[in-house]
Amino acid sequence: MKATPLSNCERRFLLRAIEERKRLDGRQCYDYRNVRVSFGADYGCCIVELGKTRVLAQVSCELVPPKPNRPTEGILFFNLELSPMAAPGFEPGRQSDLLVKLNRLIERCLRNSKCIDTESLCVVAGEKVWQIRLDLHLLNHDGNIIDAASIAGIVALCHFRRPDVSVQGEEVTVYTPEERDPVPLSIHHMPICVSFAFFQQGTYLLVDPSEREERVMDGVLVIAMNKHREICTMQSSGGIMLVKEQVLRCSKITAVKVAEITELIQKALENDQKVRKEGGKFGFAESIPNQKITAFKMESAAVDTNDVEEQAEEIITKADPPSEVFAKPILHTPGTAQIGEGIENSWGELEESDREEAAEEEGESEVTAFECQKMETEDTSTVRETKNDEPIVLSDSEEEEVVILEPQEPPKKTRTQANSNQENTSKKAFNKRRKKKRAAH
Amino acid sequence: QYVPVKGDHVIGIVTAKTGDVFKLDVGGSEQASLSYLAFEGATKRNRPNVQVGDLIYGQFLVANKDMEPEMVCIDSSGRSSGMGIIGQDGFLFKVSLGLIRKLLAPKCEIIQELSQLYPFELVLGMNGRIWVKAKTVQQTLIIVNILEACEYMTAEQRKQALAKLSGK
Repeated sequence: MKATPLSNCERRFLLRAIEERKRLDGRQCYDYRNVRVSFGADYGCCIVELGKTRVLAQVSCELVPPKPNRPTEGILFFNLELSPMAAPGFEPGRQSDLLVKLNRLIERCLRNSKCIDTESLCVVAGEKVWQIRLDLHLLNHDGNIIDAASIAGIVALCHFRRPDVSVQGEEVTVYTPEERDPVPLSIHHMPICVSFAFFQQGTYLLVDPSEREERVMDGVLVIAMNKHREICTMQSSGGIMLVKEQVLRCSKITAVKVAEITELIQKALENDQKVRKEGGKFGFAESIPNQKITAFKMESAAVDTNDVEEQAEEIITKADPPSEVFAKPILHTPGTAQIGEGIENSWGELEESDREEAAEEEGESEVTAFECQKMETEDTSTVRETKNDEPIVLSDSEEEEVVILEPQEPPKKTRTQANSNQENTSKKAFNKRRKKKRAAH
Repeated sequence: QYVPVKGDHVIGIVTAKTGDVFKLDVGGSEQASLSYLAFEGATKRNRPNVQVGDLIYGQFLVANKDMEPEMVCIDSSGRSSGMGIIGQDGFLFKVSLGLIRKLLAPKCEIIQELSQLYPFELVLGMNGRIWVKAKTVQQTLIIVNILEACEYMTAEQRKQALAKLSGK
């Protein structure tokens, strides 16, 4: 899928906003978004959320023969993947420039800084060493992938536990997690990348750019530092020309940020450690908050009952008086009486034309009628006529169906011609059903 | 994901200008086409001034699943009735389709309440895109954030937020 293009309008607005030192989400120029670290059930699995950008990291290990030119060192393997679910512009299997750049940055940050002690990964020199593999998957792209990825990577490495190994002479025993507790990796320091986005040829700079800001930036400077204020890696891309003061200022800002983030990571790791030791529940299922629709709690709303009485009286006085209650039954014919006259029925039209049609076809008419004041003039005249002649049957139920045959009225026939032709098709089906009902008796 | 429907008014971003036809991205699976003659008062000599990256508010003339959707910026009587190129300033952002329908309902409280805060111009596209322009960048940003948050806020929370802003 193609990514949504950036309109000129947005670009202009973002640049103007940055000139006024305003960011889309209300942050300050040097503010980071919220960083959230959550661990999975396995050792070495974690998800880092930097605002809406999400990266999943997984560490795994394997015993392999070492590289021939480094027989006493373990092997480190880093891999970052941009999954299509992260952004519409990412396609699987296509090596884009961005992907290559990010991968190289992660490698330089974690490998070249020697944060992991590779010598400790050696089991039998020249024969067996541990290969540690770090896989990073981008789950959602909302800017600043590199920061989130570096945090995820280092956290996963700190969290990971490899199986314990003992060497006795020629024998190598690898203990399973049940036999002996797995051992953490030996990590010297935690390098973390911080990105700076530059706008207007280096005049304005923002820390932790979001996706929109990344699209309009001129260039980016990434500095990887650890909490001991040692710079591990630096990379500037986009072709902007930076002045010495700017670079120094950025490195000072980085030191502050890295200290904060490292503290956060330590706390998260300790928490997880504690939970696991106490036997509590851990893993992603626990760290994702429950958002059940069925568990929606409605706060009781206070009901104002102060003037309910007055309101009720008002309503009663304003309302129309109830319609007359008919207590006296109307005697139509011996054996047939009716209480009340029934309400206006909107099916009256239907019934009238049905009646007329039936009259035409079979010479019998079935009546279920009523007071239809809303009918057209020709119909109302027939109603008035019929009112006097025909008894009115109130209900339409099968049990009480009373069919009273009465003599034909010729004037109706001429008028019905025009009527029935129009309403023939729709009323026919209805008519058929009514005839079937009659036939059932 | 937005599915183009005939008659829907949407905001599109111009991605290509080829000869007589502009290609617009409307957030659907295909790009829509817009002829340069589909503007009010456009003739072969008098072409509209549209650049790549501009925003256009128009309606769909043809939109079915077999063909590429076509847009126009005039209605059936040839008048533009508010459609056409959207001005240069202002900001475009995306919200869910449900929120757009809520905002387009006849008496939408959200818009009424917002209009009491500051004056602003607003264009709602049925494809989930909203264009806002207020006097200053700060005001525009506030409106953008409120509209985005309206999806998840209840009426109470919204009134509180607006009261805080107008009191400030």
